Amino acid sequence: MLNYIWFGLIFISVVVGTITGRIDQVTEAAITMSKTSVEIALGLIGIMALWLGTMKIAEDSGLIQIIAKTLRPITIRLFPDVPSDHPAIGSIVLNMAANMLGLGNAATPLGLKAMKELQALNKHKDTATDAMCTFLAINTSSVQIILPATVVGLMGAAANQIFITTIIATSLSTVAAIISVKVLAKMKRFRIKMDD
Amino acid sequence: MIDSIIIFTNQVSRYIIPFLLVGIPFYGLIIKKVKVYESFVEGAKDGFDIALRIIPYLVAILVAIGMFRASGAMDLLISLIAPLLNIIGFPPENLPLAFMRPLSGSGSLGLFTDLVNQYGTDSLFTKIGATMFGSTETTFYVLAVYFGSVGIRKSRHALAAGLIADAVGVLSAVYICKIIFM
Repeated sequence: MLNYIWFGLIFISVVVGTITGRIDQVTEAAITMSKTSVEIALGLIGIMALWLGTMKIAEDSGLIQIIAKTLRPITIRLFPDVPSDHPAIGSIVLNMAANMLGLGNAATPLGLKAMKELQALNKHKDTATDAMCTFLAINTSSVQIILPATVVGLMGAAANQIFITTIIATSLSTVAAIISVKVLAKMKRFRIKMDD
Repeated sequence: MIDSIIIFTNQVSRYIIPFLLVGIPFYGLIIKKVKVYESFVEGAKDGFDIALRIIPYLVAILVAIGMFRASGAMDLLISLIAPLLNIIGFPPENLPLAFMRPLSGSGSLGLFTDLVNQYGTDSLFTKIGATMFGSTETTFYVLAVYFGSVGIRKSRHALAAGLIADAVGVLSAVYICKIIFM
């Protein structure tokens, strides 16, 4: 799916850019964005190091394992193929907690740590597991309770009014993510192909 | 009531990070006698590797999205779909944001800022936009970064599920705001 979307975006861009006479902007965007990508990745290094270091302390002192155990009844349903005492569960839970609290900076390193631990359970290293897809879908559905700081900043006093609407909408999108990821996993075209 | 909840949560959120930064080493060192400094350094080493590993995935995704926006294809797509969505009560004013949100964080923040400037913070369009912003994520970016960090190239149903969730978030934002604010 990603192959076609990715190619489609580039193909349409070049065709439309040619027709609308914006082909120079298309070229410029390609070059600028490749630079931006590297800047984003390098900018992550420090924050990643800070949180991964702190989480290593939490792991070595047994905190992550305690959290994982506490939330076992929920996580065992969402991630049936991950052993409930596996470190991945601890990282997943912490990532979701950080997302809920709107701590984007902390959420990404925790999420990447969770991915690394899920990858340890993966038999086909280049293919996403069910657990990875579930985790990603929940993540992209944005499970936040606290409004993004940027939105609060722009809305000012009116931010109060969208507090409730955001919680309802984000809950619905998270439920949709969980249902669709579970249903889609059973579809033939999304099954793991053994010979690939 | 809601006012005080917001003030409270904003106050609390200011203390979460400092609390974690002191609380976790406290538990480790004082209660569990873990060598916290050594653990920290050991864990922090991974930061560099992960950041480097996601670069090719980020370049692939962000370049494609950047080209798409720059070519004017995004505007074209919106102008084609707007009349269709108008039938189901989806305001065309919110359509650019709905389409931009899964693709680009900075792009969608720009569009949301534009809504605020054009219509003010009290308009329905702005409230729908803000709700959309809070209930959806930059799905393509998250997919590239998360899967890229461990070298996953076949993403299976993750993207489809993420986009369905975005669509539900966007539509919920429109209808919930219409019910509550109209």
